[in-house]
Amino acid sequence: MTTTHRHPTAKTYWLVALFLAVVTALEVSVPYIAGIGSLSAPLLIIAGIVKFAVVVAVFMHLKYDSPSLRFYFLIGVFGAIIVFAVVLAAFRAL
Amino acid sequence: MALEQQAVLTDEGGHDLDRTRKTAMWVFLGSESFFFAAMISTFLLYRNTTNDGPGAEIFNIPFTSATTFVLLMSSLTMVLADNAVERKDNRQARVWLIGTALLGVTFLAGQIFEFTEFVDHGLTVSVSPFGSSFYMLTGFHGLHVAGGVLLLSGLVAFSFRRPLHREGGLNTGIIALYWHFVDIVWIVIFTVVYLLQVS
Amino acid sequence: MAVTATTPDDLGYTPSTKGVWSWITTVDHKRIGILYAASALIFFFVGGLEALFIRMQLAQPNGTILSADAYNQLFTMHGLTMVFAVVMPIAAAFQNYFVPLQIGARDVAFPRLNAFAYWLFLLSIILMSSSFFLGGAPDGAWVGYAPLSTQLPELMRMDFYAVGAQLLGLASIASSANFIATIFTMRAPGMTLMRMPVFTWMTVVTSFLLILSLPVFGIALWQMFFDRNFDTLFYQAALDQGGAPLLYQHLFWIFGHPEVYVLILPAMGIVSEILPVFSRKPLFGYAFVVFSGIAIGFLGFGVWAHHMFTAGLGPVAEAGFGLATMLIAIPTGVKIFNWIGTIWGGKISFQTPMLFSLAFIAMFVIGGLSGVTHAIVPADTQQHDSYYVVAHFHYVLFGGSVFGFVAGAYYWFPKWTGKLLSETLGKWHFWLMLLGFNLTFAPMHILGLDGMPRRTYRYADGLGWNLWNLAATIGAFIIGISFLFFVWNLIKSYRGGRPAGDDPWDGRTLEWATSSPPKVHNFDQVPLVRHLDDFWHQKYGVDEEGRAVRLPEVTGASPDVLEEPGDDGGSPGGGVVDGVPSDDGGGTHGIHTPSPSFYPIVAAMGIVTMGFGLVYSSSGWLGWGAFGVGAVIALFAFFGWAAEPVTREAH
Repeated sequence: MTTTHRHPTAKTYWLVALFLAVVTALEVSVPYIAGIGSLSAPLLIIAGIVKFAVVVAVFMHLKYDSPSLRFYFLIGVFGAIIVFAVVLAAFRAL
Repeated sequence: MALEQQAVLTDEGGHDLDRTRKTAMWVFLGSESFFFAAMISTFLLYRNTTNDGPGAEIFNIPFTSATTFVLLMSSLTMVLADNAVERKDNRQARVWLIGTALLGVTFLAGQIFEFTEFVDHGLTVSVSPFGSSFYMLTGFHGLHVAGGVLLLSGLVAFSFRRPLHREGGLNTGIIALYWHFVDIVWIVIFTVVYLLQVS
Repeated sequence: MAVTATTPDDLGYTPSTKGVWSWITTVDHKRIGILYAASALIFFFVGGLEALFIRMQLAQPNGTILSADAYNQLFTMHGLTMVFAVVMPIAAAFQNYFVPLQIGARDVAFPRLNAFAYWLFLLSIILMSSSFFLGGAPDGAWVGYAPLSTQLPELMRMDFYAVGAQLLGLASIASSANFIATIFTMRAPGMTLMRMPVFTWMTVVTSFLLILSLPVFGIALWQMFFDRNFDTLFYQAALDQGGAPLLYQHLFWIFGHPEVYVLILPAMGIVSEILPVFSRKPLFGYAFVVFSGIAIGFLGFGVWAHHMFTAGLGPVAEAGFGLATMLIAIPTGVKIFNWIGTIWGGKISFQTPMLFSLAFIAMFVIGGLSGVTHAIVPADTQQHDSYYVVAHFHYVLFGGSVFGFVAGAYYWFPKWTGKLLSETLGKWHFWLMLLGFNLTFAPMHILGLDGMPRRTYRYADGLGWNLWNLAATIGAFIIGISFLFFVWNLIKSYRGGRPAGDDPWDGRTLEWATSSPPKVHNFDQVPLVRHLDDFWHQKYGVDEEGRAVRLPEVTGASPDVLEEPGDDGGSPGGGVVDGVPSDDGGGTHGIHTPSPSFYPIVAAMGIVTMGFGLVYSSSGWLGWGAFGVGAVIALFAFFGWAAEPVTREAH
């Protein structure tokens, strides 16, 4: 059984790394932007999710690999998010 | 009835074994997601429980950004190492692997420096739940990085005995997955613990 | 044709795979299964003794057999032993032995990892049990709630608990990842997911439950361990330190609830295999049984706080979790109806595996019903921490899991050993165990509703509890006697039982297509699977009226073996085929199996030594020295393991 390997090239990896560096630089500047207020949290979260997704999809190949591998990982990620959102909600409810 | 065919064992060179290994590693990473999620949640629960000790104001965002950048770039060197193995360029792979390990060690050195600074300024594991949960989360992450550095060193050592693209010894692709995971956990930690708390 | 026992050489075991060293270095999933089973049996005896001490103390009011301290250690260890050293290992035993056979594979994906998981399990249990001799065993109940568990750090007891449970979790995670990789990537050609036996499906679900829930337990334990040894404040609420003990409960039960489904689903899988065979009918609603197992797995992650209904969660959380808990009764009920549908109209033979399976259904329903009453929050407020809870979980875990696994033992013993277990002794075992079990635990429903609290070492006279406690103690001893019948049956039948042949029950699944015991490489030729219950379809066709017709050219046993064999020692009906397949002159056909390795056990020793060091970390050099030595051993073993070739080849 073979897996189809549509491989990114080294050039793609460098570009992705540049993208990650830029996003990180932007994120880091957010706390220093005056008047950003309550926009900072959603912006930072979105930036984090984007970086996370890009590393998983490209560096870790998940975009090019069998969908079942995606399932094994995402059940962990989403399961954890849901379960612990409930836990934290339970504490605020106290 | 049984089919008249070659007995198929999955580690017959190449793809079947690759799929099996990746399955195991991704399943493990799903498991690690719960491990880190539990610690992140604990931190979030205690993010304001600072007692008489310091809170998020103690963070040095520029410094941590630098160490974050270092770890991000180590993912690049890691994927380039993996790429070199696929191209059967053992020497180049070794170079990138050593680079990745060095970046990892640099990150750890940064962490240790950061922690000693924090302790000097009164943030210890026992001053507050904030302190306990901060150090536990970043500490376990650091241990994972250290484990990764060990694995990378093992890979480098193996590369002297046998080209890395050949079967046997440690597997670059699988270790790469682990390394990237440790990086993306840090992405979450950096966002949730550092950036969100100082904003 | 005369029935002969298969010798190790017929099965492809070379002389170098006999003896103690061969067992220590084995990576063969079948041998690892046997190791787990032997361990589980021994610890069942240990856990049973712990239970008998508890029952002796509680037989009368104001019992004086045990001090409060001894009592606390005994009930804690009884729970830990039964959960981690009996039920989980016996499930692992069956999973290890039979999942590769059921999917037509030659072994699991990572045989050395498999061996490592076993040795880590065994050494961790030994570490935890050694506490009895090193200042006392864990005494904070199997749940280890903080802040109680974070107190008295000068005693090592709960450190043994924290570290021991951590290591056991690691073993289970390794094992689970192995099974998932095996089942999803190593099935025989033609075996689609919906053609897999239910037992294999349940293994998939429990593996996911374990790998996702154990890490959370790990965090709960680390946090407790750090509170005990490094002055952290995770669970310290006193004096405004800011910790939240409730966090421990959440983290524990996020593991603890899926864990109970881990304990029951494999037994349900076994029963789902036995009922069709002994009713000579296919499993009713196979797809429903599979999907309800998956649903139980998912929902199992959504109900954990029903263990915390008296912790002050608030009405929203309590209503939500109560509702989710009621919902989970639905897929469970689906399974029960499918099992009944399987038996209904079947040609039932009441041999011992079937008896235990039928009892499983009845006992599990009782336990499930008391569980449903727990889902009703106001009712649970009365039931919580009373003997009603003890009744509930023993009905599902003993009446359910243990009965189910014993059924599996009687069902699969012939495949393991090539001999049949005695039906006579089996029936003694069954009736005594059923009687003893119900006598022990049924009265506990009454005791609980009458107010008797659990985890309490004695009760006063004149509360109206004396009679039922005495009854429960008598019942416990009857269980013990039934266990002796079982052990006697195992020993006697192993030595001189009737030869079973390959397929004594006229089975449906692929493990029965191998010799008894199977050859070292399982299958000479990897099977091509065309149906669910493929082995059955190899043996039987269907006539115009839809009845099963035996096909010619079979390697299984004749149906005669399914009749009541009567007295022990009689010979079976004719036609039982010699255990060695006809196309084989012995030997392995040139199929190379993974080589034995000592790295798994050495790695496990290294890790457990690190664990021992952690337990004593507050004692200075002893602890950190052991930790360091263990780390060096573990590193040496892991790198040696990586460098060592697997030596599997196909020809």
